Amino acid sequence: MQSHNQYFVPHGSYWPIVGSVGMASLLAGFASSLHGSALGSGAMVLGFGIIIFMVFGWMGQVVHESEAGTYNKQVDRSFRMSMAWFIFSEVMFFAAFFGALFYARNFSVPWLGGASNNFFTHQELWSDFKAVWPLIQMPDPSKFSVPKDIIHAWEIPAINTLCLLTSGATLTWAHWALLNNKRNQIIAGLAATIILGIIFLSLQALEYGEAYKHLDLKLSSGIYGSTFFMLTGFHGLHVTLGTIMLIVILMRVIRGHFNPENHFGFEGVAWYWHFVDVVWLGLFIFVYWL
Amino acid sequence: MATTTSDVQIDIDAHDAHHGPEKGLLRWVKTTNHKDIGTLYLWFAFTMLLIGGAMAMVIRAELFQPGLQLVEPQFFNQMTTLHGLIMVFGAIMPAFVGLANWQIPLMIGAPDMALPRMNNWSFWILPFAGVMLLSTLFMKGGGPAFGWTFYAPLSTTFAPESTDFFIFAIHMLGFSSIMGAINIIATVMNMRAPDMKLMDMPLFVWTWLITAFLLIAAMPVLAGAVTMMLTDRNFGTSFFDAAGGGDPVMFQHIFWFFGHPEVYIMILPAFGVISQIIPTFARKPLFGYSSMVYATASIALLSFVVWAHHMFLTGMPIAGQMYFMYATIMISVPTGVKVFNWVTTMWRGSLTFETPMLWAIAFVILFTIGGFSGLMLGIAPADIQYHDTYFVVAHFHYVLVTGALFSIIAAVYYWLPKWCGRMYNEKLARIHFWWAVISVNVLFFPQHFLGLAGMPRRIPDYATQFADFNMISSIGGFAFGSSFLLLTYIIVSCIRSGEPIEDERVWESAKGLEWTVATPAPYHTFNEPPQKDKILSESSHVGAH
Amino acid sequence: MLSRRCSVCSADASSNRFIARYTTKFKVKSNAIASWLLISFFFLPLSAFADLGFNLPKGVTPVSQNIYDLHMTIFWVCVGIAVVVFGVMIYSIIFHRKSRGAKASNFHESTAIELIWTLIPLGILIAIAVPATRVLIDLENTDKAEMTVKITGYQWKWQYEYLDNGVKFFSNLSKDSRERSEMGKVGDYPDHYLQDVDNRLVLPVNTRIRFLMTSNDVIHSWWVRDLGVKQDANPGFINDAWATIQKPGVYRGQCAELCGKDHGFMPIVVEAKSKEDYAAWVKEQQAKQKAAAAAGDREWSKDELMVQGQKVYSSTCAGCHGVTGQGIPGTFPAIAGSKIATGDVKEHINIVMNGKAGTAMQAFGAQLSDSDLAAVITYERNAFGNNTGDLVQPATIKAAR
Ligand code: HEA
Ligand code: HEA
Ligand code: HEC
Ligand code: CUA
Ligand SMILES: [Cu+2]
Repeated sequence: MQSHNQYFVPHGSYWPIVGSVGMASLLAGFASSLHGSALGSGAMVLGFGIIIFMVFGWMGQVVHESEAGTYNKQVDRSFRMSMAWFIFSEVMFFAAFFGALFYARNFSVPWLGGASNNFFTHQELWSDFKAVWPLIQMPDPSKFSVPKDIIHAWEIPAINTLCLLTSGATLTWAHWALLNNKRNQIIAGLAATIILGIIFLSLQALEYGEAYKHLDLKLSSGIYGSTFFMLTGFHGLHVTLGTIMLIVILMRVIRGHFNPENHFGFEGVAWYWHFVDVVWLGLFIFVYWL
Repeated sequence: MATTTSDVQIDIDAHDAHHGPEKGLLRWVKTTNHKDIGTLYLWFAFTMLLIGGAMAMVIRAELFQPGLQLVEPQFFNQMTTLHGLIMVFGAIMPAFVGLANWQIPLMIGAPDMALPRMNNWSFWILPFAGVMLLSTLFMKGGGPAFGWTFYAPLSTTFAPESTDFFIFAIHMLGFSSIMGAINIIATVMNMRAPDMKLMDMPLFVWTWLITAFLLIAAMPVLAGAVTMMLTDRNFGTSFFDAAGGGDPVMFQHIFWFFGHPEVYIMILPAFGVISQIIPTFARKPLFGYSSMVYATASIALLSFVVWAHHMFLTGMPIAGQMYFMYATIMISVPTGVKVFNWVTTMWRGSLTFETPMLWAIAFVILFTIGGFSGLMLGIAPADIQYHDTYFVVAHFHYVLVTGALFSIIAAVYYWLPKWCGRMYNEKLARIHFWWAVISVNVLFFPQHFLGLAGMPRRIPDYATQFADFNMISSIGGFAFGSSFLLLTYIIVSCIRSGEPIEDERVWESAKGLEWTVATPAPYHTFNEPPQKDKILSESSHVGAH
Repeated sequence: MLSRRCSVCSADASSNRFIARYTTKFKVKSNAIASWLLISFFFLPLSAFADLGFNLPKGVTPVSQNIYDLHMTIFWVCVGIAVVVFGVMIYSIIFHRKSRGAKASNFHESTAIELIWTLIPLGILIAIAVPATRVLIDLENTDKAEMTVKITGYQWKWQYEYLDNGVKFFSNLSKDSRERSEMGKVGDYPDHYLQDVDNRLVLPVNTRIRFLMTSNDVIHSWWVRDLGVKQDANPGFINDAWATIQKPGVYRGQCAELCGKDHGFMPIVVEAKSKEDYAAWVKEQQAKQKAAAAAGDREWSKDELMVQGQKVYSSTCAGCHGVTGQGIPGTFPAIAGSKIATGDVKEHINIVMNGKAGTAMQAFGAQLSDSDLAAVITYERNAFGNNTGDLVQPATIKAAR
């Protein structure tokens, strides 16, 4: 069916080196700005700009090639595998933070309270410390402000859970529509998903504001604040990325890019979104609820 | 999409088998060709090997005798740290990825890697990350000086500003490795000649496939670890600070959850290389192909559940120590299966000892010695005396230098004639081999004694009773280091003016698809996948067809 | 043996024939020579360096002796396996070579054999694991201790606290070693170079002693081989270990976890005494501590302060700020010309007593006596060209506490 059945091997490309320059500039800039270098933030912004330019340029070329029919089924499979394993690598990235949470709750905090083989740790070093989770009173309170409260699961987080679960459903609805070539339904489904994503992000921003302004719960509030903000923060970043990607896909749908046989772009983003959903469920259970 | 639309301006001729590389330097920047990218990786790795090796020379020179002669302690620690980091992330890993780029498509009959542009990016992140890492040496307060394991809080509260650059360099290296690994998985799973079953694949391909899974599972965890370091340093988190409910030992758990698989990432492809070379020069199929595959997979799985054997002295509860001891020594079983299979492949073969084979034999013997010391380290109560001494340094240089690095050298001697269509100087190559193999033992064997006699690692100066062995070790080190000058000469002169060879097979009884393409390997190969009978007759093993 | 080996190399390498006669024969010959060299190298230390330490010592505690036995067991198991595996390999290298007319067989698979060489190593491992587990259980059991010493790691010294009798002191690298280890120094090494301290950890023999390890800054690791003790000292946590020393004597060790610049310069010296001698030593220490406290109650002269100050400076501060007060740019500030050391005295007292959180500068108020603090601050304000002329008296420090 394809115009040629050979595997598409692209010609040389400048995009990768552009990406590397952008990445190096972004990160080196970030590192220098942490130490008060005035050039740092400039380099950071520049690097970020270059990366955006690269992403749009590179992806634009891919979309162009795809629309021109240069990709055959085998190329499509390569993309799918890559996306799947990329998502797996993201799972492992989150696993590191979940691991930290698990370790803090089950080991370090109880140990500081004298559990396991740490009788002397408690007696000699932290005799006033009580091991409770969520940890509000730190072992060394002099260095930390005490949060007034934590974020409770059955308030905003529960609504957010609902948002993301629904968005998974609307996205699947859109996918189903794509398979049946129902254009309007695709657009409706995608738009609904995007809106739910944005609602999620806004609520999360609200929650962060509440935590910082009213509860005194900060990134620097000991291990509870550290794990809370790192996990929800990186998740939020992923939702932001996912939302942007969904918007791009929506635009491509509007331009009529996909068809029932050929829509890896759509599916890749959908997988990503579902992955973000699942991570959220983990967060809801282990960070907010239990 | 029934037919191609007419406005396609995309280079359909990219599939043209006969067009060659672009001219000029930009070719290397833009390239999407797996052979070009393989070459880039290999040269990058070689450069880093020389830089990391030069740092090792500084270490050995300072340790030549007691007292401080050349470098201040703080700088010595920077050398140790960067030597470890550069060798691991700059030399060994990229070298194996380079070999994978060159060989995997050739060995499975694929026209290129699955995602050629991403392949280019994986490489072109490395030089930037490498420069960022090295530039820390010139910053205020000096470079990272906390060991390649960067334990908190030495690397968080007590580290210089340059540490944040180090952190981002690690992020970049990790990103590159993950993309490289994804590419390899997609290539092996999706680009194989249609008639090649998984159990028909050469072992090098198998070991790399498994390594790629290790990479994807391990590298992101490292990224997480350095990210937590970054926030502990700059944004007030307390992951690794007991005052806020964290634990410095938590850092070690996360690091070694990555770190232990990492060491197998550096040895599994080596096993693959050796499994290609030994059958060729024994003129006999690889013994126990399928058990080799299963052993590799078992090593990979086990490698995720043994990490805390690096942490026996951190105060882990006794049940943890027992578990990690048992799991660790279990790895000897599948590794032993590999060693036994190699030896049995040689048994009743018709052996010749061309240079690649010499390196392969040295690998088997010396890696096994390194494995034995690993087993000893794995015995938790005995590790009390070994931990953080030169006994550990001896262990890991046996597995890394005479293991991983030797296999890379073996692979280069084995495949270089195919790559460039010229033969290296066999006479010089043998001299190089004996020079290196003798000096490397003078370098690292005495370190076992140093460790047992009580010399800690990562110290710039030492008590006088360690003087003799240190001097011997340093002499061996300089000799081994200079052998790389000869190696450089051999490789460069081979590429430039080696005797041309036309024979496709290069080695009399080499088997494998890579030996069926022209010599030197054309820019594009396997535009048409090879047929089943060819695949089977080229199988270097007799697998489960 | 060393010289024999060299004579072999030089005989071959010095003559050009070595290269000129390169033929296929060379292969066989060079293989043989080199294998011989390799083999002799591995056994070289056994014969030639019997006086040098190249193995673990048996040590003087039950734990260290158990570990030694375990070590030797695993070692010989490995040697045994090595002999078999390398033996088979060398046999085929010699007899199954093409140049000897060996024809390749074609066997390539045997499930039975694979099974055998999976199960036998497994059995060997279980046989090793049993004694290993026994030793492990024993050494992790710190119950029933008769006395307890708390050990705290600092950059770069150890603090010992005898929890049962209140004796408490720091242990620094000895002055001899510190001076010899300066960059570029040449000449003789002092006795026990880098393994000598100013204050030894004195312990009684035949007493079950519990050690509690912790750290004030980064991770250190307290290691004395002869006691069979190595245990990480983690900041914020306490680990324990135990020892029953069976023989009086002096046992040396050092920090075994990279802890920054002077990781190589934080030795440990344990002196094991009979119980009576130990008791006498404790009395003496308690008296000394009383005297030191009293010294803070009187007025000191400038000379007294400067002499004592230099002592404290070189043992306690020079590790970071340098013997000449130059520090290390970017890491440790110079004292010479320092704004604080030449400015307001209050600031100076404050940073020395309270340290600076988040940096390597520790709170020395908890470590040094009033008189030592007064002395070192006076010294810093009048040495290295900081000629402020200020005197700080112990009474001022006492007031600042
Ligand atoms: C390529 C890299 C590589 C490889 C392959 C290995 C292989 C092994 N390593 Fe090693 N290791 C390192 C790289 C590697 N290691 C590094 C870099 C460090 C230091 C990190 C740092 O702190 O900086 C380290 C440190 C290290 C430690 C921590 C030491 C300490 O800090 O106190 C331990 C402890 O258990 C250990 C164990 C092992 C074991 C059991 C194996 C096993 O896989 C070995 C198995 C092989 C054999 C046993 C030989 C062949 C088998 C037979 C012939 C069969 C018959 C044998 C028996 C039945 C015994 N290693
Ligand atoms: C991964 C592979 C790898 C390799 C290949 C090597 C190779 C070598 N390593 Fe090391 N090493 C590590 C990984 C590796 N190492 C790690 C992970 C550590 C732990 C770090 C830590 O504690 O954190 C370590 C630590 C380490 C130490 C302990 C330091 C300490 O504890 O303080 C020592 C000491 O002898 C050492 C020595 C050497 C030597 C002599 C070589 C030789 O094989 C090197 C051979 C020499 C060369 C390859 C260079 C030759 C080049 C020239 C002579 C010309 C130079 C010219 C130019 C640059 C223009 N290494
Ligand atoms: C482990 C390393 C270390 C040791 C030991 C140490 N210091 Fe410091 N010191 C530091 C560091 C790091 C700083 C810088 C703190 C900062 O960032 O302001 C410092 C700062 C100072 C300053 C302020 C200098 C300035 O201009 O900012 C003085 C004074 C000082 N130390 C005195 C002492 C004295 C007196 C001792 C010994 C009793 C001592 N230090 C031991 C690490 C050390
Ligand atoms: Cu303290 Cu090393
Ligand atoms: Cu390990």
